[in-house]
Amino acid sequence: MEQSPDKNILVTADGIPLKTSLARAQRRSKFVAFMMVFPLLFFIMIGFIVPIVDMLFLSIDNSIVNRILPNTVESLKNWDPYANELPDEAVYASMVDDIKKAKKAREHTKIGTRLNYESSGFASLFRKAGRKVQKIDKPPYKEALIKTDKRWADIYTWQVIKQNSSDLTDGYYLAAFDFTRKFTNGKVEPLPEKDSIYIKLFFRTLLLSTLITFLTFVIGFPVSYMLANVPTRISNILIIFVLLPFWTSLLVRTTSWIALLQQEGVINDFLILIGIISEDGRLAMIHNATGTVIAMTHILLPFMILPLFSVMKTIPKSYLRAAISLGAHPWVAFWRIYFPNTGPGIGAGSILVFILAIGYYITPALVGGSSGTFISNRIAYHISNSLNWGLGSSIGVILLVIVLFLFILYDRIIGIKNMKLG
Amino acid sequence: MNTFLRVMTASAVMAMAGLVGQVMAATELVVVSWGGAYTASQQNAYHAPYMKRNSGIKIINDDSAGSAVAKLRAMSQAGNTTWDLVDAVASDAMMLCDEGLVDEIDHNRVLASAPDGTSATDDFGDFIVSPCFIPQIVYSTTFGYRKDKVSRPMTSVCDVFDLVNFPGKRSLEKKPINNMEWALICDGVAPAKVYDVLGTDAGVTRALAKLDTIKSNVVWWTAGAQTPQLLADGEVIVGSTYNGRLFALIEEQKQPVAMLWDWQVFDLDGWVVPSGGKNKAEVMKYLRFATDTQRLADQAKFISYGPTRASSAPLVGKHASLGIEMAPHMPTDPENAKTTLLFNYEFWADNRDDLDAKFNAWLLK
Amino acid sequence: MSRLPSYLSLPERIWHYMFWIICFLVLFFLVFPLLVITPLSFNAVPFFTFTKEMLAFEPEGYSLVWYKEFFTSLNWQGAVKNSIIIAFFATIISTFLGTLAALGLSREHMPFRTLIMSLLISPMIVPLIISAAGMFFFYSRIGLQGTHLGVILAHAVLGTPFVVITVTATLTGFDNNLIRASQSLGASPTKTFFKVVVPLITPGVISGALFAFVTSFDEVVVVLFVGSYKQRTIPWQMFSGIREQISPTILAAATLLILITISLLTTLELLRRRTERLRGVSPS
Repeated sequence: MEQSPDKNILVTADGIPLKTSLARAQRRSKFVAFMMVFPLLFFIMIGFIVPIVDMLFLSIDNSIVNRILPNTVESLKNWDPYANELPDEAVYASMVDDIKKAKKAREHTKIGTRLNYESSGFASLFRKAGRKVQKIDKPPYKEALIKTDKRWADIYTWQVIKQNSSDLTDGYYLAAFDFTRKFTNGKVEPLPEKDSIYIKLFFRTLLLSTLITFLTFVIGFPVSYMLANVPTRISNILIIFVLLPFWTSLLVRTTSWIALLQQEGVINDFLILIGIISEDGRLAMIHNATGTVIAMTHILLPFMILPLFSVMKTIPKSYLRAAISLGAHPWVAFWRIYFPNTGPGIGAGSILVFILAIGYYITPALVGGSSGTFISNRIAYHISNSLNWGLGSSIGVILLVIVLFLFILYDRIIGIKNMKLG
Repeated sequence: MNTFLRVMTASAVMAMAGLVGQVMAATELVVVSWGGAYTASQQNAYHAPYMKRNSGIKIINDDSAGSAVAKLRAMSQAGNTTWDLVDAVASDAMMLCDEGLVDEIDHNRVLASAPDGTSATDDFGDFIVSPCFIPQIVYSTTFGYRKDKVSRPMTSVCDVFDLVNFPGKRSLEKKPINNMEWALICDGVAPAKVYDVLGTDAGVTRALAKLDTIKSNVVWWTAGAQTPQLLADGEVIVGSTYNGRLFALIEEQKQPVAMLWDWQVFDLDGWVVPSGGKNKAEVMKYLRFATDTQRLADQAKFISYGPTRASSAPLVGKHASLGIEMAPHMPTDPENAKTTLLFNYEFWADNRDDLDAKFNAWLLK
Repeated sequence: MSRLPSYLSLPERIWHYMFWIICFLVLFFLVFPLLVITPLSFNAVPFFTFTKEMLAFEPEGYSLVWYKEFFTSLNWQGAVKNSIIIAFFATIISTFLGTLAALGLSREHMPFRTLIMSLLISPMIVPLIISAAGMFFFYSRIGLQGTHLGVILAHAVLGTPFVVITVTATLTGFDNNLIRASQSLGASPTKTFFKVVVPLITPGVISGALFAFVTSFDEVVVVLFVGSYKQRTIPWQMFSGIREQISPTILAAATLLILITISLLTTLELLRRRTERLRGVSPS
């Protein structure tokens, strides 16, 4: 140890106090560690987190109205939508002007499409206006515009435009929760029961996912117990039965279930062969909820067995023996001693299966028919068929919130650090 | 300096290579269509003869038409449109046109006139449903039924709703379009008034109530191949699908299925030109050829969809491999077209979102 | 299987056998769907059903026509090529970035470890349809939609959590004294890394890479959205095949995929044994 001015402070060979040196080394080490993680973090941020956040914005974005109808939005500011009076000439003039400009940029139909999500009929209203508005070149614009379509004389039309003129909208979320805005009074109301769709779909998705989770648990528990309690030599072989489907392509497994479950399929043929059902009584096990549940239970079963198995392996067999030798009935011993110890495995497996199940898309799309489709199928529909990306995004965000909530739950129970794979 | 030089040389070489490549290689036109028998008919009737006449052109088939709407919007956002020509059903073409994703076409300038000099717009007539749309075929959504599983031939679309005389499963498309119209017609609405009725809440309720009567016996399909498959397997006794699929099932695969043309719904399929495509001039030349009177008639040799030009109808001949007359299998044949609806584009553009939500809510009940 | 103790009562014996029957039924349920697909892929007729000829083991009932179709059709050939290219590059990216990050995360002084870990494995947790939708919107805005690069990056994102997790798991059992020992014996940090760290984490890296590869090779939702026909992969082709035209070619493809799975599984098992052997000789 070198001499130092203050004898109470330890210093390193180059005379720097040890504390400082240590802190510096630690900072350096922290920096190095962070720099190693940084490339991936950056990659995930750009390639994944940003797209998800982008989707969030898409679900509330409504800038299109202000962009295409800037003058109208401005002149509508002073108009009271509930005064039961049509807007004045100035508003009509700006609308004609806006549509003329939009027509030139071929955007008048875009605004029609956007407002059509809120109220049916706007698509044709703006398409028609785009065709005829060029001929309107002098006041009174009000009469001229109404001549193109009498809906322009309807206060309701203007109420819809006025109430959708801000840059952000809650319209997509209202739709995703089966609510609707009455534009005549600006109030938000739930859709009538017969028209509600997304809440029912969410509910069905959660219900079927719960059922699938429960089934995987009931089916998976005995097998995991067996695997954990036979000699390693045997379990190493038997676990292949679990790993093989786990590693096999999802589409392969879904295809197999189509071959098995369809009316002219293997299972129906077999049941007829052994005489359980008649040729006319072929069971409908596919293109309905049954198909989805059977196929998904099979597909997700390994995700239940593997965590259960790894937890059960760590429970000493002596616990059970001790309980029995102390006089407990084997069933009681199992229920009171062994079962509680499997808790973490059950928690991990259930949450994992549930999280995977509620986001499933492919299997329900192929075997679900109409009663076995999930909320994901609706998201896909809005993205690729109806082009209502805002609504698709808002449903996606709601699903994401549910999953994140479950994930936090998972983290609390198991801890993500302990996540293991096959 | 060294690095700079190297970079410069490299880019120069690459630029040269690019130039040479462009001169040497043929212009590639990426044509997006539906795949399967349909793309094959286009290949035989349009692409192959065109490439034979124009050695500088290579047509690449891309079978993405099923997801074309979303993908076109994606490409346009990125400002990188890699497709030159897209085959789309008329309603999608209108949607794409509304979104400004495809170009408006001056039909008379771009397309050939009929052999007798009739202008393209007159030859295509009402089938030009959107300024962006170049009609190609008329197809219809109609029914086929299993001859061996019904007690008497089905002659009316309302037989589909008749569970007493025609018990068994039926397959319908999982969307409101067409099903709502048929339901109303069979509920006694005058065919001319169907859309007036469907435009009201009471009309929607009425159509869904009619569909309710057969709901438990319906298998819902989402892809055109499903009904033929279901009919062949005997899973349904009657089902709706595109008439070309039924033609293949009856004439090519010899299944015991017959056509039920009553109140078939005509729809159109045709070309749209993506905005921002890079080979517009070549595409226009191709379109002039591929949509002329003879070519449209030629396509009917390979698939039973009707040509959209009035002048093509008399030229429709025999099937290329089966050797049967194609005219009686065309949806537009007078024998088949006694009662028809034409897809109401305006109505569905306005009401598709709303009715689709209501229909799906009804399905969930 | 195991011997039954002689003191068990009859109900207990019955239960014991019942239990084994249940277990074997479940194992049967797990693999039967995979077994059934293989004979069906040799079907002579274009349906998913066993014909009378097949059940009677008559040679006319069987045919290789669907395999021929698989190996000759342009659609499937393109799909195989794309699957391999995309999975290969996605695996390289995710293995490299994932291993580096796992090494960083396992260092003693890693700040915000839990938060960063959660972010890094989030692609595994978020439902695929949401990832696919988000990537579709964003990638189309920056021009990556419908390109090979876009699909490769998307698949690399989905694959990295597996690499991070497997490599981190290998490193938890890692004895840091080995590094100190190596350095105190005069090895440079680089030499220590390649001679001590690399051999020990290699099995973790390889199994992570395998996971990443399979993830990309199996993935269909993201490729349906982020990709286009030009990027069609085997699962893409299978998906559109099932929806458009059901033909046993799909079953032939499925059978080939199962064969690939079995060989991957064997590789993994061999790796696991190697890790255990290495662990066995390392001081703990």
